[in-house]
Amino acid sequence: MISLTEEKGLYQSQFASMERSLGSEPAWLAGIRKAAMDRFLSVGFPTTHDEDWRFTSVAPISRIPFKLASSFSHRQALTALPALTFGSLPGPQIVFVNGEFAPKLSTLVGSRDTVLVENLETVLNSQPELLSNHLCRHAGYDEHAFVALNTAFFRKGAVIRIGKNRLVEQPIHILYISTRLDEPMVSYPRNLILAESNSQARILESYVSVGNGVYLNNAVTEIVLAENAILDHYSLQQESLEAFHIATLDVHQSRASNFSTHSISLGGALVRNDVNVVLDGEGGEAMLNGLYVVRGQQHVDNHTRIEHAKPHCSSRELYKGILDEKARAVFNGRIIVRPGAQKTDSKQTNRNLLLSEEALANTNPQLEIYADDVKCTHGATVGQLSAEALFYLRSRGIDLETARNILTYAFASELTNRIKISSLREGLEKILFRDLPGYQELKESL
Amino acid sequence: MLEIRNLHAKIESKPILRGIDLKVNVGEIHAIMGPNGSGKSTLAQVLAGRESYEVTEGEVLFDGKDLLGLAPEERAREGIFMAFQYPVEIPGVSNTYFLKAALNAIRKNRGQPELDAMDFLKLVREKMKLVEIDESLINRPVNEGFSGGEKKRNEIFQMAVLDPRLAILDETDSGLDIDALKIVANGVNVLHTAHRAVIVITHYQRLLNFIVPDFVHVLVNGRIVKSGGKELALELEDKGYGWLEDEVATAQVLGS
Repeated sequence: MISLTEEKGLYQSQFASMERSLGSEPAWLAGIRKAAMDRFLSVGFPTTHDEDWRFTSVAPISRIPFKLASSFSHRQALTALPALTFGSLPGPQIVFVNGEFAPKLSTLVGSRDTVLVENLETVLNSQPELLSNHLCRHAGYDEHAFVALNTAFFRKGAVIRIGKNRLVEQPIHILYISTRLDEPMVSYPRNLILAESNSQARILESYVSVGNGVYLNNAVTEIVLAENAILDHYSLQQESLEAFHIATLDVHQSRASNFSTHSISLGGALVRNDVNVVLDGEGGEAMLNGLYVVRGQQHVDNHTRIEHAKPHCSSRELYKGILDEKARAVFNGRIIVRPGAQKTDSKQTNRNLLLSEEALANTNPQLEIYADDVKCTHGATVGQLSAEALFYLRSRGIDLETARNILTYAFASELTNRIKISSLREGLEKILFRDLPGYQELKESL
Repeated sequence: MLEIRNLHAKIESKPILRGIDLKVNVGEIHAIMGPNGSGKSTLAQVLAGRESYEVTEGEVLFDGKDLLGLAPEERAREGIFMAFQYPVEIPGVSNTYFLKAALNAIRKNRGQPELDAMDFLKLVREKMKLVEIDESLINRPVNEGFSGGEKKRNEIFQMAVLDPRLAILDETDSGLDIDALKIVANGVNVLHTAHRAVIVITHYQRLLNFIVPDFVHVLVNGRIVKSGGKELALELEDKGYGWLEDEVATAQVLGS
């Protein structure tokens, strides 16, 4: 444990020693890092007095003196890899273990013109001009202390670029594995995904752990969609149940681009996901799906922000949570319609299923509409399994536990059905519903 | 088969059933009629095991065993089926999955092997014809978006597949047109054999033209106030329930 006055000092000295070891980084990046660090030092960690963190206390994170992760065991990660990748996806794969790039576990693609899947550090050294217009340009560090820390400290991560007119059929997998370590470690994964005009791809970003342990993953992903690009993004979070996971996804969409993301949050003791999407060109479409399944003392906070900056864009958002035991969930969905963003069509839904009396969900839609010809709807519910439906199933001979499982499955299936990577969908269903009799048939019959 | 003795039940603190006595033997069809609010549906729900009703007195024996101590699913596995007055919509769960899970749970209890997908499909197709239900409904989520009549037919379809020994129909005829009514009645009549029993709860005599009861009981204010043969239903059709309610009121006044 460290005191509140010491916490900034720890990060300050870590930053100083990192700066010395950085070597030759482009000057623009060095300047951004410094500004981000200064920002963190001036604001510090958020408290529950900050509106955006009202229901989520990060005090446990600020009090642990996390060390910068730097070592890993290939062997441990290798053994676990097949299970973590659901029998491995056929496409390109870039793997990191405890924040370090693991070339032996990765299948990279290296073409500047067509498709590039590479370690960020490598690209920074070899082709920094590819990154200078986008890296750190979308994830704002001014208003988010963890984004500031990530910006100051990141070293490794994935750079994915889908070239103009390219269609990548196989999903590209970014995989972060955390192994059990003796001391609490922190990693700062940083990903940049560039979808050039008319390109199409599917990307899975997963965070998994081998064995339990206390660690912090503070990740930032920036995604840029050029005109008419289509990107289907998945984030699968299965951290250790003792771990902290803070992830920010910033998406910038140009004209007529189509972005969908599916946030699946299963692990972690304390989890905060921020998803920010800017629809910055006419005719853009964004779909945000989220499924969080938590129990025990888990706390998961999803903050989303969709900014309709231009006319004729649509956004669809569906977040669903299943909470058991003493779990807590927070959903905050902000929709901003800028002046002039006429014909905006936006729909937001958050549904929470409480399986125990002690679970708690806070849900808060925030609509800020500055245009007059728009269609924006939102709805939120927090409730239990329907007593009528349970009795109906039981009255036909189905036992209580199975009846509860069937209804819970039905609740989640609306989201799992939207997952287009079949091995991910099936793997996820196995995790969620392995106790359900004949769940495969249930799946097929729907 | 079924013996109800002095059954009292309440919901929240409101007494609904005030001493029901009823004996149903195998092979018999009993009709329970009565005005709105007399406790007909409560009786059906209590027999099926709905937990929101509290039994305060009396007992129910099924094959000589205490029924009230069993969970709803255990009652179903013992062979009791209630067709709901208001069938529940369950989005996200298909009829076929639901029915197969239910049937296999019941078969397991009977010591029969679980049906595989092929055998199940064969059974479903056969029973579908019986209630003239469309295959597209069977593959949809349970009751979701069904019309009132489709929901009622789905109840009878489930009954046909699950093959119960005691079927309780809770106002299955309400809101049905004459064609749907005949289909429902046919489903019940096919099921009705010497080793089964049926309790038909209804507000109207109309259904009893198609399902002919051996006994008719009239429930008023939580008690069976009159029992008779099928002709009693016709008498009620003619005279309504008013005269029986008056009789009960008079008896209560004299009694006090």
